[in-house]
Amino acid sequence: MLAVQQLEAGYGESIILRGVSLKVKPGQVVCLLGRNGVGKTTLMKSIMGVLKARRGAVTYDGADLTKAAPARRAKRGIGYVPQGREVFSQLTVYENILVGLEASREKSSGIPPEAIEKFPVLPSMYERRGGDLSGGQQQQLAFARALASKPELLLLDEPCEGIQPSIVDDIRDVIRSIKQDGKTAILLVEQSLDFVRSVGDYFYILDKGAVAWEGELDWLSDEVVRKYLTV
Amino acid sequence: MAIYITQLFNGLSVSSILLLIALGLAITFGLMNVINMAHGELIMIGAYATYVTQNMFKSALPASMFDYYYILAIPVSFAIAFLFGWLLELSLIRHLYGRPLDSLLATWGVGLALQQLARSIFGAPNVGVTSPSWLDGGLTIMEGVVLPYKRLFIIALVIICLLAMYFYIYRSRAGRNMRAVMQNRDMAACLGISTRRVDAVTFAIGSGIAGIAGCALTLLGPIGPSLGTYYIVDAFMVVVLGGVGKLVGTLLGALGIGMTNTLFEYWTNASLGKVLVFVCIVAFLQWRPRGFVAMRTRSLD
Repeated sequence: MLAVQQLEAGYGESIILRGVSLKVKPGQVVCLLGRNGVGKTTLMKSIMGVLKARRGAVTYDGADLTKAAPARRAKRGIGYVPQGREVFSQLTVYENILVGLEASREKSSGIPPEAIEKFPVLPSMYERRGGDLSGGQQQQLAFARALASKPELLLLDEPCEGIQPSIVDDIRDVIRSIKQDGKTAILLVEQSLDFVRSVGDYFYILDKGAVAWEGELDWLSDEVVRKYLTV
Repeated sequence: MAIYITQLFNGLSVSSILLLIALGLAITFGLMNVINMAHGELIMIGAYATYVTQNMFKSALPASMFDYYYILAIPVSFAIAFLFGWLLELSLIRHLYGRPLDSLLATWGVGLALQQLARSIFGAPNVGVTSPSWLDGGLTIMEGVVLPYKRLFIIALVIICLLAMYFYIYRSRAGRNMRAVMQNRDMAACLGISTRRVDAVTFAIGSGIAGIAGCALTLLGPIGPSLGTYYIVDAFMVVVLGGVGKLVGTLLGALGIGMTNTLFEYWTNASLGKVLVFVCIVAFLQWRPRGFVAMRTRSLD
């Protein structure tokens, strides 16, 4: 479904990604691992189109999206929960989710129930501003906002960063239920190996801007972890 | 008593004019952070659009219809200024986002060019716009207190513009997308909003409202190519004093400046009054640099 080929990208003069290739198949949960600064978030941004690729290609469902604007990628069915959540702080919770509907490919009038049923706490906060929520609540809001357009591929960039354990469990349940539905593939950046092992199908390890290791999640051995992930 | 009511009404009237000329800028400068020095010229364009509408009514329609030209002139001046704003955004502003100094210089240049264009088309001297006869005279509420219909009309026009803008920005889907883009451009794009189109429409709407302001100014006196330069400083003052990014702030800013201006001018004289208003604004901004209404949330801390 999503294929990234020999992607090179970076900020200004510095190049972060040096030829990354990866694939996500429909319904699969693919985890992206690696130490800090190896380019995981940069890769997510380039897939979404926030960062322009210097070389290489991003294809999705057979269409070349390498030069497409982020809005077009969103409308093709890629949802994005960025690092730091990026909730619209001056918009209400309800408005935040409504903005998420902009990428929707079907003409629906309201927020689809499956986007919020996983976050029962959100409807009680509809009138509050996004910026007034706590970090964990904002993360749930960012999820609901991304799910509102019923994406076929969900990019999750460190969804559990700086969040209390009980909400981490909630988020794990949400990812599992998305996986069970089988309609949405997930590309997940995550530091916690426990979390990755409990939800993932396949993994890629990035190191120095390139894929250093990949495989089925069962093959993620202690030796690989020691070599590429421990500090 | 009569004097107080007159002064209060004068204050309200000045405030309403200030608000009308600043509303468009509240969008282009307040929301989009474009230092648009051509804002005054967009006002001028609206004023000349009214002038042209008047002339067309004079030449094409029977005299009995003439009084209704003004009703048509309001949407016409909005549309023409909207169009100019749209073109300006497409051709110039688009390339200057995030570069305040460049956009300041460039829009100033555009302003000069537009003034010269008006001079070439309509001539350098001021032209008069005949107000419709139903706006002549005034409302006598007590002995010695007459509220001119023109001033009342402008106040009503401002209220309508303000309400329309409020509903557009805070209640409509387009307005929601606009606020999303202005707050977090990248994220809004990632959710499927075409930020380019939102930018163009937003700037054009701000320009269109400047056009309506120009239309209203024709009621107060003759208009000329440099009409906008008289108002541009006041417009920026209102938006900065009110606090960038909020409609309520602009309303408070206009009321604050309009009321104190009238008050000081009544106590002293016209020029000293203006100086005192400026002193007050400077002092106020020392105390609260972000203006009356500052945005504060957890995420901005």
